Amino acid sequence: MSKRIDVKDLNVYYSKFLAVEDVNINIEARSVTAFIGPSGCGKSTFLRTLNRMHEVIPGARVEGEVLLDGDNLYDSAVDPVTVRSQIGMVFQRPNPFPTMSIRDNVLAGVKLNNRRISKSDADALVEKSLRGANLWNEVKDRLARPGSGLSGGQQQRLCIARAIAVSPEVILMDEPCSALDPISTLAIEDLINDLKSEYTVVIVTHNMQQAARVSEKTAFFNIAGTGKPGKLIEYGNTTDIFNVPSEKATEDYVSGRFG
Amino acid sequence: MSTNALRRTGGGGQSGDRIFSGASLAAGCLILGVLFSVAVFLIIQALPVFGADPAEITGGEGFFTYIFPIVIGTVIAAAIALLIATPLGIGVALFISHYAPRRFAQPFGYVIDLLAAIPSVVYGAWGYSVLAPQLALAYDWLARNMGWIPIFEGPASQTGRTMLTAGIVLAVMVLPIITSLSREIFLQTPSLHEEAALAMGATRWEMITMAVLPFARPGIISAAMLGLGRALGETMAVALVLSGGGLTASLIQSGNQTIAAEIALNFPEAFGLRLSELIAAGLVLFVITLAVNMIARWIISRHKEFSGAN
Amino acid sequence: MANATLTPRRSQLTKGKLPNWAMWAVLAGALILGAAVAALVGFSIISWAIFSAVFFIIAGTAVTGVAEGGRKARNRLALFLIYGAFIVALLPLLSVIWTVLERGVPGLSYNFLFTSMNGVTGAIDNESVAEGTPVLGGAYHAIVGTLQITLWATLISVPIGLLAAVYLVEYSTGGSLARAITFFVDVMTGIPSIVAGLFAAALFGQLFGPGTRTGFVAAVALSVLMIPVVVRSTEEMLKIVPNELREAAYALGVRKWRTITKVVVPTAISGIASGVTLAIARVIGETAPILVTAGFASSINWNVFGDWMSTLPTFIYYQILTPTSPTATDPSTQRAWAAALVLIIMVMLLNLVARLIARLFAPKTSR
Repeated sequence: MSKRIDVKDLNVYYSKFLAVEDVNINIEARSVTAFIGPSGCGKSTFLRTLNRMHEVIPGARVEGEVLLDGDNLYDSAVDPVTVRSQIGMVFQRPNPFPTMSIRDNVLAGVKLNNRRISKSDADALVEKSLRGANLWNEVKDRLARPGSGLSGGQQQRLCIARAIAVSPEVILMDEPCSALDPISTLAIEDLINDLKSEYTVVIVTHNMQQAARVSEKTAFFNIAGTGKPGKLIEYGNTTDIFNVPSEKATEDYVSGRFG
Repeated sequence: MSTNALRRTGGGGQSGDRIFSGASLAAGCLILGVLFSVAVFLIIQALPVFGADPAEITGGEGFFTYIFPIVIGTVIAAAIALLIATPLGIGVALFISHYAPRRFAQPFGYVIDLLAAIPSVVYGAWGYSVLAPQLALAYDWLARNMGWIPIFEGPASQTGRTMLTAGIVLAVMVLPIITSLSREIFLQTPSLHEEAALAMGATRWEMITMAVLPFARPGIISAAMLGLGRALGETMAVALVLSGGGLTASLIQSGNQTIAAEIALNFPEAFGLRLSELIAAGLVLFVITLAVNMIARWIISRHKEFSGAN
Repeated sequence: MANATLTPRRSQLTKGKLPNWAMWAVLAGALILGAAVAALVGFSIISWAIFSAVFFIIAGTAVTGVAEGGRKARNRLALFLIYGAFIVALLPLLSVIWTVLERGVPGLSYNFLFTSMNGVTGAIDNESVAEGTPVLGGAYHAIVGTLQITLWATLISVPIGLLAAVYLVEYSTGGSLARAITFFVDVMTGIPSIVAGLFAAALFGQLFGPGTRTGFVAAVALSVLMIPVVVRSTEEMLKIVPNELREAAYALGVRKWRTITKVVVPTAISGIASGVTLAIARVIGETAPILVTAGFASSINWNVFGDWMSTLPTFIYYQILTPTSPTATDPSTQRAWAAALVLIIMVMLLNLVARLIARLFAPKTSR
């Protein structure tokens, strides 16, 4: 499992408005890549184009190529549903399905697609996914309870378990800790560290310390002004970005001079 | 690019997507289609009236002379209803949103909603057998003491089955509509505005006139207009309560008629040209209510940008 | 008030403010004066209440105005009028419910619920009045008709309304078709019920010849009234399903139609079901459209596709307006109010069920 992503000359539009301009980036397999930058710089928008989630928003479209191990996501014959089953996503706010139990939430990707699965396989998958998300020990006795009864941090780990249960190649995380308290954040960061042995992880974060703690590579996005498109300013090893950035804007941002 | 592994589609569920979106699209179109065909059929069936010899129309002087008094009657009944129900509805809505003890506000809201749940025929029966006899006494007094005002001209109806009674029953029926819509708007008043007014030392009523009512004005107007639309089209209350007849100014004598009641009372026995007349009358009613509802909506949309509500 | 009399120094904050008992004193005065004036014009509870209320409002406002100033007086007057509005609004509700109970309960019997009006003539009613025997004839045929017509209306409206709402919320991108549907659903909301009846009558009259009146035509008429309610409430409910849930499902590689049927609709189902129940409650009491589409029958008809049919509302209407026996109207009146009671019980039950559904089956979200 786990595949690399190569992005070539990507522009993202909302109707006529150019939101993100000319991104070229190569994301390594089995690593954690962080996207940082000020609000509105297009990092989340760009993240959503990596599994075609931006198409959910009316009017959003892209130009350019996103290659998953060489296969273009935007090939006209590609079904976005196939893309998303290989590239999972975890969102800003934990969003377990309120009508489902913890167990059903984990199995949602399988069950909602009407795939048949035997009870023993399902049990194994639930345990494996919850263990993978460091949640098993906390919820193993209440799998039949609603997922929304968990704490925020537990809900977010449930969402991660739900994402890894469909065995994706890549997991995208859109500010997964921004709605959580520091202790839950720590648990998620530990989890991200574990996940990279099996998955390609891409994480958008507002929190520079978090980027420094969890990622191997960091991409800095910036925006020249309101109404201007967001751009990828610099991309490199996390230690380099934070210690010896080559761009002035990056240095200003990581040293806390703006953003 | 023929090797693109992503081209395999999983599960073959794409046809499900197509069927489901097709079905929901079809349902939307069906609504449009049925409305369109119904409009066409109604017009076809109403047409004979306009080609007919005026002498054959009820009243013997053509469709306009036939429809004019009942249009006026419809408007009078709805106007009475609105004059009573609008201030009352706003008062009740304010009571529930700003005056009632917090604990009781919601139950009180349910109680008023119960008014909307009672079927119109029950209101009609109530107006016919309970309210009208009571009001007959009051009408008698009005005719004796205020008979110089044209709308209270005597002799008062002995049964109380008059336009004013019908209007009052209609008011009761539109009250919950006006109340529930206004209540919702009142509750949406930004509490910052309310607190700002109170912090300046305003009394509760001043706070309401400064913060709540200006904010809610378009909402109240549209609530009243929607109530008007309901009152114009309401059938049973009038059909049962009003002892109809020709157009008269006095609201406490029997007389006057509304379009809806005219149709309900005569349709079951109607055939031929009479049927066309009633269908044409129905079209007139439809156009009037449509216009009222459109105006209501136009007011809302025009005021939306100023109200601060998003 | 103990404070005002016992503490030597009055608080600066209560200076110039009426003591709490002042309004009770005004009320007592108003009641006495009201009783006196009411006695002059002919005493009754109603006139006493009206006069007392008027005196109380005037005097209460005046006293406040003198003691506390004009601003406080206006505040007090508004308070009186707003409480008064609520009380006035309650009166018709209480009166209607009391009337229906008082006059409906005596007529409510097994015989009433399970016999039709088949064979019940004016002569029979005259006899039961003259000899004091129990009133014969009942509303069984009307109950059957009501249930059947409402059932068919529901069967027509719910799928169309649900799917149209799904189209509007989940599929449309605000194009002209969606705007047209929204517009015409709005138009339908404002259609007077009698015109909806004419719609169905015209439609079937054109297709199957004039004068086609069956339960099914009535069901179509009720659907015209019901569809916009279902579309509206479903639309509202689908809109409040957080987008995050849709995105979560899409991100798992779930197809859109499965996301809608397995995630979005189940999340909103309690609201949708309660909206549908309220829509049923609304149309079950409709009279006017039935009058012009289903005609009137006095015997049981199980076939919605053939012959005329009665419903409870039309049964009430005809029993009151054209009593079975023109000379002895009491049996007809009794039947009408018993039918009204049955109808109101049905409507109230539906409303209750709607609230219960909304409360019991709401998904337990943490927010």
